[in-house]
Amino acid sequence: MKKFTVLLSTAALLLSLATAGFAADTIKLGVAGPHSGDLAPYGIPSMKAAQLVVKKINAAGGVLGKQVELLIQDDQCKPEMATNAATKLVTDGAHVVLGHICSGATKAALGIYNDAKVPVMSPSATNPALTQSGDYPNFFRTIASDDMQARMAVDFTINDLGMKKVAVLHDKGDYGKGFAEFAKKFLEESGKAEVVLFEGVTPGAMDYSSIIQKVRREKAEALIWGGYHPEASKIVAQMKRKRMKAAFVSDDGVKDDSFLKVAGKSAEGAYMTGPRDLSGNALNKAANDEFKAEYGADPGAFFQEGYSAALALLNAIEKAGTTDYDKVVAALRTEYVETPVGKIKFDARGDAEGVGFSVYTVENGAFKELK
Amino acid sequence: MDYFLELFLGGLTRGSIYALIALGYTMVYGIIQLINFAHGEIYMIGAFVALIVAGILTIYGFAGISVLVLAAIAAIIWACAYGYTLEKIAYRPLRGAPRLSPLISAIGMSIFLQNYVLLAQTSDFLPFPNLIPDFEFMEPVAHIIGSPELVILITTFVTMILLTLLIKKTKVGKAMRATQQDMSMARLVGINVDRIISLTFIIGSALAAIGGVLVASYIGQVNFYIGFLAGVKAFTAAVLGGIGSIPGAVLGGLVLGWTESFAAGYVSSDYEDVFAFGLLVLILILRPAGILGKARKQKV
Repeated sequence: MKKFTVLLSTAALLLSLATAGFAADTIKLGVAGPHSGDLAPYGIPSMKAAQLVVKKINAAGGVLGKQVELLIQDDQCKPEMATNAATKLVTDGAHVVLGHICSGATKAALGIYNDAKVPVMSPSATNPALTQSGDYPNFFRTIASDDMQARMAVDFTINDLGMKKVAVLHDKGDYGKGFAEFAKKFLEESGKAEVVLFEGVTPGAMDYSSIIQKVRREKAEALIWGGYHPEASKIVAQMKRKRMKAAFVSDDGVKDDSFLKVAGKSAEGAYMTGPRDLSGNALNKAANDEFKAEYGADPGAFFQEGYSAALALLNAIEKAGTTDYDKVVAALRTEYVETPVGKIKFDARGDAEGVGFSVYTVENGAFKELK
Repeated sequence: MDYFLELFLGGLTRGSIYALIALGYTMVYGIIQLINFAHGEIYMIGAFVALIVAGILTIYGFAGISVLVLAAIAAIIWACAYGYTLEKIAYRPLRGAPRLSPLISAIGMSIFLQNYVLLAQTSDFLPFPNLIPDFEFMEPVAHIIGSPELVILITTFVTMILLTLLIKKTKVGKAMRATQQDMSMARLVGINVDRIISLTFIIGSALAAIGGVLVASYIGQVNFYIGFLAGVKAFTAAVLGGIGSIPGAVLGGLVLGWTESFAAGYVSSDYEDVFAFGLLVLILILRPAGILGKARKQKV
């Protein structure tokens, strides 16, 4: 038994040496995310996206004349497994990493990559601090961070609508309150508008007449709502009832057909942010068709973002002409790349420019994209 | 001053709805000492029936206030049927059982009715047509009190007067009061106690249905879950006013509505519920039987 183990480990050693021997000849793209466990549906689509991209690029001659090799690690979205996966990828010599999927796992792994100077790109980690803290200059993402919508809604309210006094209300939930707190922060930082009211309401309460009267008393010109559509429907209906003219601006929890149906005429003229409409993007459709041809099903969550991240990473290596960390990072920040989520490059913090949300309004009972 | 008036009227509107539902809790409790947890669901069913009937009537070309009245009548009849059946199948077999048994049965019926509507209708929010028209003469004051609020206030006021007359002036009312005081004695003097209890459920359900229709057309949406929250608030109002006492339920509803409205208006809507339930605790400490409740001796 002991002999067998020794034999096995020797074989493993030899094998790993063998792969290390090939290292110089391939570009190694690490892929980390949940590929098993209950969160696997979030990780598998971007893994498959990476496989599709690599297959296509290798068929076309690879990157810098070398073939691209995939190194796949499962982290089950668990921070402790994510650090293991990161260590393994770094040891195996990954040049760039696509991942991780969950914000918590990503945060845990980033330090390891940062020390090893490996650029990392997540298709799905939306926690704002990952880019904004400035701790991880090696981190990029192809999805908008959680605060992007709030930034979009605030910019729209103060710049496009020109409102000076804004009331911010939320439903006390994680999603709504998070949005509302970012909106408040951005309004205060802008210096162009004043937050006259910041309060939470009880979802499902019988009516919101007192809070709406309060919004009127504070002479708010716009009301930013963080929350979902049932309360939003009640609020816009009661604002109409009370003959209020304040603009209603909200988030993608309200950009739902139920809002149009339930609020009816009161919904007209309301504004809300929502994910950009990508149905017109040719690459987006092509990536979808590739997936369908290969797997015979619709791709799942973050497929387009994963596809885009793989493309962006490999494109940056190609443009940099090397796998050197500083040059690849510089290329990510300067070189535009056509991806399924649009033509993107990354800003100094690592967020993709040109990715994210649009402002919609309700016109004749339908959502209309404004910008 | 305008602001105070707005909050006062907002609280009054909300409170009168609470009162309407609270009456159902308090009447049932007064007679059989049962907290009918399924009462909120009757309110929700009332709103759903009105939605369906209003939809049908609109197809047949009815319009305006006639739809509201007919839909409300249908909702009342339907809700009464539910209330009657509820008592018959879930509570009557448990008469004489320990008090906890019908209570559990009530919670079961509440869950059953919610899920029944969830499956039979939908889990989505549905739009409720704006059945209460905007009156021309209300336009100058519409920012303070709108037509729906006016209709709600008048309807609840009239309903409560009718209920008081029924209980104080009619023979049935007399029988109800007798049953409340002593059930076995009432039976001895020839009152059909079972029928009186059924009637109490029917009246309570009718009030809940009226509340449901008014609220649904006021806020414009219904959902299978609205009965739960309204039920909790109305139950609080009933306890606040003194459970078992009819004027107490009305007073409790109004006090609760005003507390919520003023707390949201002058302090913060974050703490609306904190004030509402804080007040309940305070009153129960000072007057354990509620504002107008009488401490009764437990009959053994």
